[in-house]
Amino acid sequence: MTPSPAQPPRQISRKPLAERKLLKLARPVIIIATLIATWQIIVTLTGAPKYMLPAPYDVWLALIDRHAVLLDHAGYTIAETVIGLFAGALLGALAALPMALFSPIRFWLMPILLVSQAIPFFAIAPLLVLWLGFGMASKIAMAALIIFFPVTVAFFDGLSRTEPGWLDLARTMGTHRWRLLTHIRLPAALPAFASGFRVATAVAPIGAIIGEWVGSSHGLGYLMLQANARVQIDMVFACLLILCAFSITQYFIVDQLLRRLLPWQPDSLARHD
Amino acid sequence: MTYTDAKAPATGHITAPFDKTQTSFDVHLRGASVEFNGTSLFHDLALDLSASSFTCLLGPSGVGKSTLLRFLAGLVGDAASGTVTCGDGLPLTRRVAYMAQQDLLLPWRSVRENVVLGAVLRGEKPDLSRADHLIAEVGLGKAAHMRPAQLSGGMKQRAALARTLMEDRPVVLMDEPFSALDPLNRMRIQDLAARVLQGKTVLLVTHDPLEALRVGHKVVVLQGTPATVSDAVIPHGTIPRDITDPAILRHQARLLHQLGALSPQSSMTEAPR
Repeated sequence: MTPSPAQPPRQISRKPLAERKLLKLARPVIIIATLIATWQIIVTLTGAPKYMLPAPYDVWLALIDRHAVLLDHAGYTIAETVIGLFAGALLGALAALPMALFSPIRFWLMPILLVSQAIPFFAIAPLLVLWLGFGMASKIAMAALIIFFPVTVAFFDGLSRTEPGWLDLARTMGTHRWRLLTHIRLPAALPAFASGFRVATAVAPIGAIIGEWVGSSHGLGYLMLQANARVQIDMVFACLLILCAFSITQYFIVDQLLRRLLPWQPDSLARHD
Repeated sequence: MTYTDAKAPATGHITAPFDKTQTSFDVHLRGASVEFNGTSLFHDLALDLSASSFTCLLGPSGVGKSTLLRFLAGLVGDAASGTVTCGDGLPLTRRVAYMAQQDLLLPWRSVRENVVLGAVLRGEKPDLSRADHLIAEVGLGKAAHMRPAQLSGGMKQRAALARTLMEDRPVVLMDEPFSALDPLNRMRIQDLAARVLQGKTVLLVTHDPLEALRVGHKVVVLQGTPATVSDAVIPHGTIPRDITDPAILRHQARLLHQLGALSPQSSMTEAPR
């Protein structure tokens, strides 16, 4: 948005907004510091051995000493997650659109989707590995599958809940179904799609990790299994930390991106009030 | 965030209808019936809108006046029936502009983009210079590139009015368009509407007798179960009328009495002179 000269209220609200942003940035640091402190206290109090619960410092050492291996495997997991996320979101959007537009498709597809949710994803993972192999394809498929439903449902919801007044207005103006879709229903559904995509961003790494556990030769999930079998628990924790850091970063990037792309959506407007 | 309303352009500003090819005509509604939740609100109702004049339809909430207006706009399906004839013998379809209580501005489009929405939805090339002219006319010249969230309630309804004018239809149907505004803004926008909608056949649905008397060339009351349309009140003078005029205030008292708002202990059957 280009800043227009006549915008006094925005200038008034700028300072408190900046302060709130600072607090927002400081908050995760405080939370992480508290968690690490709690972790250290538990280790000290219980005197747990390193092969049961390593102290934060041991995990830090593992992160430093074996960073090359960790980063190498993290690369696979990250690639699987990101590709899976976009593939799943695209498929979800492609499924939601015809369902919202054509009721016969909705009546046939919705039950199938609901049934698909009754299948535990852990149970399909071995099949995916069998069909798609040990490589990245089966993990991408797993991540895409796990996020498909939340994205589809959110987008479908957004598409079917267009403000009735807008539809009335469009009808009196005289419009075609297609233009109504591209100019009103689709943009109106984007905030709902964005919420589905946020959920997807948070759960996509789970799909990739499950896929790696079931059968792989790369990735953080694979590395965790190997380390666990060799009682290198500090390594397991190191993998977990990287995974957490990645998940949080990914969520943050996606969230910011969606806010920039959809400045009119209700929750980003609320921040300016 | 809100802005105070820009000052309305001085009265007396020349506002000839932009396109004079569409001449105004009478609209007659006969045998109108409306059912709501299985009960009949009214049946065999008649309503006449005179060419180039404001007809205000007054009535308590829930009496069916909005449904009647929506029926004329072609927005009611099976719930209503009746015959609509126009003075020029052509059908009313595609010749009405609709304005609702909510501004119905699309939050992702600027004021200007909202004003040209009709053309965009019909796949026509929007006449931007005319849009800018109308935006200036309703006093939003400086806000043309703002999004609805940046506007005050009054400004949003002005934008909606500009969008209605942009459609340039001979018949304008307004469903309590100003009822959500504060009294001062409401009066300003009533003046504006009376001025810019000059020459059009306007139906304004309202529950405010004073608003009806201020801008209606003719005021009709819809009330009772089943609802009936009372004889039209035709106050003298040109619109917008001076609401401090004792004659107008007497009309208001009579309308309020007719609607049952004044002294419930007094006899409702006796119509005060």
